[in-house]
Amino acid sequence: MQLPILESINLMAVLPVLIIAGWACVLLVFDLLIPRSRKHWTAWLALVGLLGAAVALFFQIGHFARLGSEAAFDGMVTVDGFSIFLQVVFVLTAIVGVLLALDYLPRHGIERGEYYVLLLFTTIGMMIMSMAADLIVVFVALELLSIPLYILSGFAGMRETSEEAALKYFLLGAFASSFLVYGIALTYGGTGTTRLTGIAQAVTSDALNLPLTTVGMGLLLVGLGFKVAAVPFHMWTPDVYQGAPTPVTAFMSVGAKAGGFAALIRVLVTAFPAIASEWGTLIAVIAGLTMLLGNIVAISQSNIKRMLAYSSIAHAGYILLAVAAAQRSENASFAIGAVVFYLLAYALTNLGAFTVAIAVERDDGTGTEIDDFAGLGKTRPWMALAMALFMLSLTGMPISGGLVGKVFVFQAALQAVPGDPLLLAVVIIGVLTSVVSAFYYLKVIMVMYMREGEGKAVLPLALKTVLAATAFGTLVLGIIPGPVFQMAQRAMLK
Amino acid sequence: MIGYILFGLVALVAIVSAVGMLLSTNAIHAALFLVINLICIALFYLGLNAPFLAMVQITVYAGAIMVLFLFVIMLLGAEQVTLKSQLKWQAPLAIVLAVVMIAATFLLFFNVQASGGLSPLAPISEDPRQTETFGSPYAVGEVLFGAYLLPFEMTGVLLLVAMIGAIILTRNEAGGMRDEQRAASNE
Repeated sequence: MQLPILESINLMAVLPVLIIAGWACVLLVFDLLIPRSRKHWTAWLALVGLLGAAVALFFQIGHFARLGSEAAFDGMVTVDGFSIFLQVVFVLTAIVGVLLALDYLPRHGIERGEYYVLLLFTTIGMMIMSMAADLIVVFVALELLSIPLYILSGFAGMRETSEEAALKYFLLGAFASSFLVYGIALTYGGTGTTRLTGIAQAVTSDALNLPLTTVGMGLLLVGLGFKVAAVPFHMWTPDVYQGAPTPVTAFMSVGAKAGGFAALIRVLVTAFPAIASEWGTLIAVIAGLTMLLGNIVAISQSNIKRMLAYSSIAHAGYILLAVAAAQRSENASFAIGAVVFYLLAYALTNLGAFTVAIAVERDDGTGTEIDDFAGLGKTRPWMALAMALFMLSLTGMPISGGLVGKVFVFQAALQAVPGDPLLLAVVIIGVLTSVVSAFYYLKVIMVMYMREGEGKAVLPLALKTVLAATAFGTLVLGIIPGPVFQMAQRAMLK
Repeated sequence: MIGYILFGLVALVAIVSAVGMLLSTNAIHAALFLVINLICIALFYLGLNAPFLAMVQITVYAGAIMVLFLFVIMLLGAEQVTLKSQLKWQAPLAIVLAVVMIAATFLLFFNVQASGGLSPLAPISEDPRQTETFGSPYAVGEVLFGAYLLPFEMTGVLLLVAMIGAIILTRNEAGGMRDEQRAASNE
């Protein structure tokens, strides 16, 4: 008997995901045959799989520019410009994640092939998250994103900090997931469907079940707010970022955040347009708090990984501001464009900054203090220059992607609801906290150039490649942002 | 009629076992009460024409998960530990919050009743053939491998990841030493 569903599966639309998923399973078996002294083979094989997915994505870009969007798996997922753009970000981040680990893992005595397999699995979770069109898929993708990251945080299990990071991340993450599931249950109870477009039809402003659905939406916000490290749900970030092996931190600070934002935008914009002013207000308030706390607490940090953790909280605040700006449908495409552009700029800059942190880190996991950067300006001039560029970009200085991203975010917020005092206030907070952030970002540059020190760093070819690529990308986004932003704006939901 | 009597009986047993689980101080007794409760829920599923779900409930919850519970309780020797409540303020707070919750639910219910009653969102089919088979293994399979194929497959990957994770985190192959081991070997 032919099930009618088989015709609507549409495997070609999700080809990049299938390539990575299949390759990860194959790699798991291959890894058994690779002798322990040659585990870097697994890394290169993982790269092959990711490049295969990148090629498939490249062909999809043209295809979807013509078509707009396509549903797959009976409407469970929607592949459109938004998801393609984010999938490119995820695959690039995963490639960087492999390259960063290539030398780090053997140097720290934690080299195991499963690292690369888990990296591929969490990448699939992120990719599916960006195309989810059903709350069930959002939930399972979120778990698929999170569980490998819990394991990877504890990958340096013989270090107590790594163990602590994994346990904290797991317990708090499971707690946050339960909020998400409860939110899904209430939304289902209120609307009778888990399909995002179906929810949008059922939630009208005069619906009887509106209180139930609104509470459900709020709980969904809690679950996803945890993933993006927004302020009342940010507690785990500093400890996990500091304790996890640095390549994992780099990967998760970019990938998990972008995944969380992808789901947040899909759920809020697609499913809850009827209560947009409610979630818009809520997110604007969270954005303001997140910027304030992240930037102010980052000032007092002396550890580079912890400092970057608070910086990542702060940047979540800026991105949330653009999400809040998507509350009006006329402004949504510009606001979503600002979000994905900011995510790309943040990804490049942050991966670069963590690459430098990995180069400076010593084999026993020490050397992550900002003081350890002293003297790098003399011993490693090019690396110091790149790090200076990343710090300037995170602050939002000219000729860097960070500035352009911030300008787009603020512009989106200002034109979202003209004359809205709340959004205006949050934009002002955003500008002021950007100024505050200069204090701790510039401190790193000052330590590198002005202070005497050993300036020791290990910079193998893989790290050099990543450093050059991310620095180049940050500059390109800063100097000629036009083409990329046009692409980002076209990356709207369909 | 006989359906209501059965439902009432099973519901009574379910409530009594749930309260028993909460009140028993012995962890083993609590776990056994939970088994009774889970079996009652399986009976509810059976009453709702969902035999497959009922069997899954028994094998997975009343079977596998409870064995795990009992195993952990016995391994930890938790049945002998008499827990003194650390959080004295918790019980009164819980009672207050429960009363508030019940009051809010009733309020909402009567409000909705007053404003014309809740219309069912997804009308359940009146066709008796369909209501009798909607929980059959065939129907569940069709939904699971049809509309929900993608989440189902993703769950498979998720279980694989969990398995890899359990092995990695418990078996330290790479030859690295834990902090405490290193401290011990330094002495």
